[in-house]
Amino acid sequence: MAAPEMAAARDDLAEVPEFRDPATGELRQETMIINMGPQHPSTHGVLRLVVELDGETVIRCSPVIGYLHTGIEKNCEYRTWTQGITYVTRADYLSPFFNELAYCLGVERLLGIEAPERARLIRVLVCELNRVASHLVWLATGGLELGAVSMALYGFREREIILDVFEAITGLRMNHAYIRIGGVLMDLPDEGPRKIRDLLRVIPRRIDEYETILDENPIWRERNEGIGVLSAEQALAFGVTGPLLRASGVAADLRKDMPYCGYETFEFDVPVRTEGDAYARYLIRIAEMRESLRIAEQAIDRLDGTPGPVMVDDPKVGWPPKLSVGPDGIGNDPAYLRHIMEESMEALIHHFKMVTQGAQVPAGEVFSAVESPRGELGYLLVSDGGNRPYRVKIRDPSFVNLQALPTAVEGYLIADLIAAIASFDPVMGGVDR
Amino acid sequence: MPVERLEGVRTGRTPEEIEEEIQRGVLTTTLDRAVGWARKQSMWPATFGLACCAIEMISTGAGQYDLARWGMELFRASPRQADLLIVSGRVSQKMAPALRRVYDQMPDPKWVISMGVCASAGGMFTNYAVVQGVDTIVPVDVYVPGCPPKPEMLMYGILKLQERVRTTEPFK
Amino acid sequence: MNADELAARIREHAPDVLAARGEVTAIVERHDLIDTLEWLHDQPDLAFDLLSSITATHWPGADPAFWVDYELRSMSLRHRARVKVGLRGGDERTPSVVGLYPTANWHERETFDFYGIVFEGHPDLTRILLPDDWDGHPLRKDEPLGGVPTWFRGATMPPIDERGMA
Repeated sequence: MAAPEMAAARDDLAEVPEFRDPATGELRQETMIINMGPQHPSTHGVLRLVVELDGETVIRCSPVIGYLHTGIEKNCEYRTWTQGITYVTRADYLSPFFNELAYCLGVERLLGIEAPERARLIRVLVCELNRVASHLVWLATGGLELGAVSMALYGFREREIILDVFEAITGLRMNHAYIRIGGVLMDLPDEGPRKIRDLLRVIPRRIDEYETILDENPIWRERNEGIGVLSAEQALAFGVTGPLLRASGVAADLRKDMPYCGYETFEFDVPVRTEGDAYARYLIRIAEMRESLRIAEQAIDRLDGTPGPVMVDDPKVGWPPKLSVGPDGIGNDPAYLRHIMEESMEALIHHFKMVTQGAQVPAGEVFSAVESPRGELGYLLVSDGGNRPYRVKIRDPSFVNLQALPTAVEGYLIADLIAAIASFDPVMGGVDR
Repeated sequence: MPVERLEGVRTGRTPEEIEEEIQRGVLTTTLDRAVGWARKQSMWPATFGLACCAIEMISTGAGQYDLARWGMELFRASPRQADLLIVSGRVSQKMAPALRRVYDQMPDPKWVISMGVCASAGGMFTNYAVVQGVDTIVPVDVYVPGCPPKPEMLMYGILKLQERVRTTEPFK
Repeated sequence: MNADELAARIREHAPDVLAARGEVTAIVERHDLIDTLEWLHDQPDLAFDLLSSITATHWPGADPAFWVDYELRSMSLRHRARVKVGLRGGDERTPSVVGLYPTANWHERETFDFYGIVFEGHPDLTRILLPDDWDGHPLRKDEPLGGVPTWFRGATMPPIDERGMA
């Protein structure tokens, strides 16, 4: 249509009486409240956003959560301490090792024991590899949501390499229940160090590829720079931790501030930026992946020179079965089976009691926190002296970070809302537990 | 194999009717086969990833365990454009009505795969918060156990479903 | 500061302070809660600027029946402390700390959702994780776990809380 005809058409529209305010005669404008989710391709999991729009501008955004509430905390109160590991590992399902580590560190503090040196190194190793895997999923899904579809395939391709290593070590790709009270479940397999070293050779080159694709990409920069900005005061007020806080200029990382599990003996940097936007968070996560690989390399080198047990020696605490990954999955060590079935009745009774009832944990309360890929992951563990937790409270970083979402997106466009959520990297399993 | 017709027992069909049915069957069998093949070749799943199983589902669609081999790489966000609902992950009580709504919005023919033990039977979460099996809400065609099932397990479930789809008579 | 020094310093304001396992816990009454948190926030050698988590525990049959637990962390000085408030006499209300720490908003909603503790002064105390029309507060000890029996071929196994195993 030519321009004068279009203008005439618009005037016709303006003549429709419903579109005019009866009092003032002005064209009426209203905001629109739309509902995004819980089933939506562009929100990380089952997050529901009630968004009030003025045209395409977000005036208000209200997250509604709870669509993945699983009752993990209540369920832990009815299971033994060791069974609790299998529950908490599924809370924040993209960083299972961190959940297990924080939980086990808390229980070990209640018990007053410490895992052996080799177990601590293995814990650091798998946690840092998990951090890389989690950031890869963020990169994959974030790229997919913003339209960089090839990033989704690349991210999951690299993640398969890491999951292959996890499967060789723990027997499972996800939700491992590998870090146990007093150590880890079993030692690295024979081909473990070689696989990890291969991984450490391959993945940094791939991260270089991602930087080549995305860093100076004009579309990526336009969609991420200046989006979802959180200032340092806002971030601290909302309790935000992790890459979001470091992107806003506050250099806070639990691995450096309150080290656990031997992190003070490793050399690594913590990337910090000041812009506080989605692009800064992207740069920080890429840098964190490199630092994690650096830590993993140091860990695997030190593991070569640190033989020893991977489970604490205390018979009242240590998980008795000696397991190993066999051709058809995880199985009991044949020598151990022979010992309990044929040689020693006491060993059999002890095995039975430890497996069915678990350790008795002295009464008390601890708060143990680790630096997960999303921020401060804390566990408040309350024990009443029995073999079951009295209260397990999961302080999940995504739950707290999502509180800051409305502040970060109000005033921006809907497309920026998607980019902002992607940069927040919420995992709804942790948010809703 | 010769069939003995017992004296005095009626099957309810005359020989002419049987003849006509056989002839019709030849035509519709070929058509059935064609439709069944087409349906299973390009099933489009709806994006309904909930929890950990969703990550394994995405991995199944990614490069290593490629779902595109069976025409399923196109996950549709709108349920109106999808014909397969893979319920992957634990369904909480709050999410159950949304699940039912998404299922209702899907046009026929539609199938449901319940992926993982949480979707199949509530999994390890036998408590107030999780629906103990999505077959209490939607009819399920294939149950894939696992916590989470490896991509190979999900692929096996999908192939079993495709076999069923291929051999189901669509026009009845 | 290590745990003992921190405990001694906090005792100057709130006398009931416990140091155990490297952690410091200050126990206050609910009318002193906001005052204590403000003091902990403002002291330059304490500087607790991050409220990590708020939760509660339920002790049926004891008085106080509920303990509300505030985890504090200092970003600049790198230490932690805990403040606990006991809700005595069946009165399940406590002042809200949202004015001091905006992050408390969702934490208090979650604690209300799970335990039914009312935080007075909270701008929007509604359920957050459970459906809006849910009945009851599931994490209380007198609420059941709510599982269903597991069916096997020819037998069922009762849900976890009814199995009677130690």
